[in-house]
Amino acid sequence: MLQEILSWLTDPAHWSGPDGIPHRLLEHLGYTVVAALAAIAIGVPLGLFVGHTGRGGLALVGLTNGMRALPTLGLVTFLFLVLGSTQTSTLIALVVLAVPPVLAGTYAGVQDTPRGVVDAAQGMGMTGWQRLWRVEVPNATPLLLGGIRNAVLQLVATTTVAAFVGLGGLGRYVLDGLRVYAYPKVAAGALLVAALAVVLDLLLAGLQRVIVPRGLRLAAVTRRRGGVAREPERVGTDVVAGAVAREGANG
Amino acid sequence: MLGDIVQYLSDPFNQDRILGYLGEHLQLSLLPLVIGLAAAIPLGWLASRTRSLRLTLMGTANVVYTIPSLALFVVLPGLIGTQITAPINVILALSIYTAALLVRPVVDALDAVPGHVIAAATAMGYRPLRRFFAVELPLSVPVLAAGVRVASVSNISLVSVGALIGTGGLGALFTGGFQIRYLPPIIVGIALTLLLALVMDLLLVGLRRALTPWSRVGGAH
Amino acid sequence: MRRTLAVVGAIAALVLTACGDPTKGGAGGGGAIVVGSADFAENELLMELYAGALRSAGAQVETKPRIGSREVLVRALQDGSLTVVPEYTGNLLNYFDKDNAATKPDDVYGSLEQKVPSGLAVLDKSPAEDKDVLVVTKETAEQQGLRSMDDLGPKCGQLVLGAAGEWKSRWAERIKTLYGCEFSEIRTTDAGGPVTVDALKSGQVQVANLFTTASAIDENGFVKLDDPKQMYPAQNVVPLVRRDALDDKAKQAVNNLSAKLTTYKLTELVKRVEVDKEPAPRVAQEFLKNNGY
Repeated sequence: MLQEILSWLTDPAHWSGPDGIPHRLLEHLGYTVVAALAAIAIGVPLGLFVGHTGRGGLALVGLTNGMRALPTLGLVTFLFLVLGSTQTSTLIALVVLAVPPVLAGTYAGVQDTPRGVVDAAQGMGMTGWQRLWRVEVPNATPLLLGGIRNAVLQLVATTTVAAFVGLGGLGRYVLDGLRVYAYPKVAAGALLVAALAVVLDLLLAGLQRVIVPRGLRLAAVTRRRGGVAREPERVGTDVVAGAVAREGANG
Repeated sequence: MLGDIVQYLSDPFNQDRILGYLGEHLQLSLLPLVIGLAAAIPLGWLASRTRSLRLTLMGTANVVYTIPSLALFVVLPGLIGTQITAPINVILALSIYTAALLVRPVVDALDAVPGHVIAAATAMGYRPLRRFFAVELPLSVPVLAAGVRVASVSNISLVSVGALIGTGGLGALFTGGFQIRYLPPIIVGIALTLLLALVMDLLLVGLRRALTPWSRVGGAH
Repeated sequence: MRRTLAVVGAIAALVLTACGDPTKGGAGGGGAIVVGSADFAENELLMELYAGALRSAGAQVETKPRIGSREVLVRALQDGSLTVVPEYTGNLLNYFDKDNAATKPDDVYGSLEQKVPSGLAVLDKSPAEDKDVLVVTKETAEQQGLRSMDDLGPKCGQLVLGAAGEWKSRWAERIKTLYGCEFSEIRTTDAGGPVTVDALKSGQVQVANLFTTASAIDENGFVKLDDPKQMYPAQNVVPLVRRDALDDKAKQAVNNLSAKLTTYKLTELVKRVEVDKEPAPRVAQEFLKNNGY
């Protein structure tokens, strides 16, 4: 069976034309990137605002939690019937699903800034803007990037499902293959999607390493080494944040 | 629009369908939650013991979690030889996600049990396994519960993708409504999915409270 | 350690038994007849009609709507998860015997009876038909002077076709041979559903593959292109069943139903589901009641 999948993947006929692997891969990547950028443009400023001012935090957490339960296929079919165009409706659906993880990550990142550090910044006479840019944003980067990673995973998955309403991309192989029960095609499509998701996630993980300020990484290490016995309750909230940051990847 | 929805909902034929799908949805999302948790506890326990195993398991869990659900749903029958339309494909796929999601919280939770508590239990003559079920596991409930809540919401929203392979609970309302350009079933499907997730979440919170009577003593939680 | 292993083993066994007991018996155990359908409204309606007819013959019936396409349904019949599915003679024959050139209803049905794989069988065909048809918008038809697939042939090079994913492998060669038609692109939309219709309306595709009973054709004033060389074979509605899974009484009930359906009646029933948004089970039940079930 693996043999069949491999021979499907290596068949030159599947590497050219509008239904060829390069074109489908680029389409998939294109939708993912455009929607991710849009989601960042919306989610980051909003998350910073809410995190910095503390206004609307509760509403935001409730909203993002609710969005997590939103079924992708329902949203995509709903928007298609309302808006009519495959491209517009799916792009909106993609952005709608990608904003919450970005927003939640940004907000959690800002919130995560140790109280003492914020007080110290205020004590040093920093203005609100200075505090935001010099203290809270650097502090928020790890969780913010975590949010973006989730959003991207979510997007790769959702773009696959959106083939149902006629979108291009790698989901075509899965759905079209399923219709004629060409298992190698279906499996090859699924593998390509999974590979794309893993590669993008690794790239972003690498970026996370490069971007996250050195001081924060050091702090994290010391915290872990020194962590003799953390209170279960405290860990509880950590894990919620962690889980929330990891979760929601599968559209 | 609201009128259309009311009209759709008031038809007994539609009610039958919707209830059927709702029941299916509940099973397809709940069973994996139980199975995934049952798998994650021993896996997490093993991982918290052996460092190499820990790295392998965590790495695998992370990769598994990046695989899009539709991809997993359609590949599974070929891997394990099940019928293409069998609910087992969806159940197994979601169980795998649940386990992948819960392994880390299990490990974290076990790590977080204070050393002196374990020392005390050992001194009282608890053997490792009994200590695990009597002391470590109960103490890890708050952390685990957080993970289970996330998995529950995630499962409930993922089930509907199964409609693309013929087993999707409420997801059938999306594909069916879509085909005849009819919004009410889609809207009802979305609303019921959200409601189901909310109710499950409240139940899980209640369950956690019941399982951690000590957390109420301080009144802080 | 041994005890640990025992516990791990016990949990694994628990997980396995839980897995082995899926929420619904896939094989439809207990002798119940499982009627399935493809993922479009008309097929779901036919499924309800068959289910109703079988129930009236005293059978215990389950339905499994919206499973997928023919390829998936036939497999599901063969592996025992379904007992009956509504099918269409021409496309079904084409699926079992790719090179069969029969086009007339009786020829197609005759060949089909022979070509159905062992283990499966077809019951009587119905006079009702639902064929594939290529349609264009009224404007395209007027501008390009299109009335039939003969007119279409020479112009295909500038036109994009919207059709389901399986169209290409089924028909691309055939249409080239018969009409000299090679579309500039065959875009995958869906099987005669909203994606195809919207793509045609918005001009993303200029030709679309729909089905003759589709309400969208009249609603949008699309023009059906004639098929003088009969590329698309006759497509009479026909039940595909597991051989020996139905007793004579059950078969008779379904055959009686098939005899009562006509293309006109089927189109009307489909319209009630697609346009008036009535639930398929009710439309089916009323039809059965009016026809003495």
